Amino acid sequence: MIWVIARREIGAMFCSPLAWILLAVIQTILGYMFLANLDNYFLLQPQLMQLENTPGVTDIVITPLMHVAAIILLMIMPLLTMRSIAEEKRNRTLSLLVSAPLGMSDIVLGKFLGLMLFVFILITMLMLMPLSLYLGTSPDSGKLLSIYLGMLLLLATFTAIGLYLSSLTENQTIAAISTFGVLLMLWIIDWLGGSVSNGHSVLSYLSLLRHHQSMLEGVFNSSDIAYYLLLIVGFLVLTIRQLDRERLL
Amino acid sequence: MTEALVQVENLSRFYQNNRAINHLSFSLKAGEVLGFLGPNGAGKSTTMQVISGNLAPSEGEVSIAGHDILEAPKAAKRHLGYLPEHPPVYRDASVDEYLRYCARLHRIARGQVLASVDRVKQLCGLEDVGRRLIGNLSKGYQQRVGIAQAIVHEPQVVILDEPTVGLDPIQIREIRELIRTLGSQHSVILSTHILSEVQTTCDRVQIIRAGELIYSASTESLNQGHESSVKIALRNPVPPDELSCLAGVDHVEALEAGRYRVFLSANSNPDALVTAAVQQQWGLYELIPEQQSLEDLFIELTHHQEATAE
Repeated sequence: MIWVIARREIGAMFCSPLAWILLAVIQTILGYMFLANLDNYFLLQPQLMQLENTPGVTDIVITPLMHVAAIILLMIMPLLTMRSIAEEKRNRTLSLLVSAPLGMSDIVLGKFLGLMLFVFILITMLMLMPLSLYLGTSPDSGKLLSIYLGMLLLLATFTAIGLYLSSLTENQTIAAISTFGVLLMLWIIDWLGGSVSNGHSVLSYLSLLRHHQSMLEGVFNSSDIAYYLLLIVGFLVLTIRQLDRERLL
Repeated sequence: MTEALVQVENLSRFYQNNRAINHLSFSLKAGEVLGFLGPNGAGKSTTMQVISGNLAPSEGEVSIAGHDILEAPKAAKRHLGYLPEHPPVYRDASVDEYLRYCARLHRIARGQVLASVDRVKQLCGLEDVGRRLIGNLSKGYQQRVGIAQAIVHEPQVVILDEPTVGLDPIQIREIRELIRTLGSQHSVILSTHILSEVQTTCDRVQIIRAGELIYSASTESLNQGHESSVKIALRNPVPPDELSCLAGVDHVEALEAGRYRVFLSANSNPDALVTAAVQQQWGLYELIPEQQSLEDLFIELTHHQEATAE
């Protein structure tokens, strides 16, 4: 049942131009950046040769690229998640799902899975760029895997948060703006760390950026994974509760 | 369990402090078409939303085919097809895609989806629009898609909330036909504010007002119990007394100049009235049989309640 809803979700996304345009825009911009980073690498290469323990092509080309990709996706994911539940509420199609023999969790997980399929396509397309490096050089495969996993977890978190905020309102614009606000806040929450010495560790633990950074650098830390999974599960449960609660109002 | 398919007991529903339904109890037997009547804001839609599981009841119980809607929602909803006030259709999907999706949502096995969709398309007259986007269809066709969605999985109970709103007269007749067909295999709860619709399609009628059930009877007994009346217009008006002493006439109500509503006694026809009109040259130029017993009853009941409420 979850799969039926997920298929409808992804189908609806690719029926409208939105999904195609998002993929095209992201791919174009990041492709250009990939090219610029690669160009940069060629300039630096003679100097790098003389150093010991040199950073490899993965560190110089891919890690910065994926860092930028994460920031761009932080701005774009709200546009993708905003419609998922808000639109159904506005068009009053939610009652189709509610009066079908499904649980609320089936509905929410179906929506989440549908969005994740899109995310999966998106990241896989992005990862084709680093993979193309195998043609000329030998990137660090372990690091690439860590980056891939890191992006997947990060975007899953964006999706879960976006899904929750979409369930709170009928208005897609409100859903998009509030999702963007929450994501950006989580991204920059550790900026205060420098002046507030006590709260520092808490704030930096909450920051999406910190956890993402370490995965980009190839550090596979279970506390990072736990952080992402907690956020994902937490917001999905909140979404289910929200939809359940609306029947009581 | 009892043989009642839908059992509503002591149901109440609040919106904040507003009581939309007040201790409503009724049941629906297998193969019955139940008409839900009431003025706007009487709680018809709320009742249907509660039965379909879209709203949780504040008090009381609803069970469908023996399954409680709160305790075993999935089992209860398997036996249920629901068309809300606004048909829940995806404007960006084609009719075929949409109905296939609904069929899958209602757990129809993959191999039988196409057959089920074809069946309801034929039933609802949608064969010609299968490939069109729902958003481009007229309101009437969207309504039909909504009905098709509610019956694609052949539920035992079909709930239709104002299914004929926004349709043209021909479509209305077709939809009524469809509802009668449904009534032979499924139990149907139908809400409407068109009284003649209830009279032509329903086995039983319930009138609710301000969330309370104020009348419930079978339409058959309704049609029998009331005397019939005719409206007549005379070119040469006569005093009403002269009419009421004719054979077969119960009493007469004078309307505007030259027009009368003549109530006939049970099992009689206006023969004597017409004969007298011709013999005495009253200039009878209009004779309209009235079958508005339900409307009278409806107005009487809702009005009466209003008066006592004040």
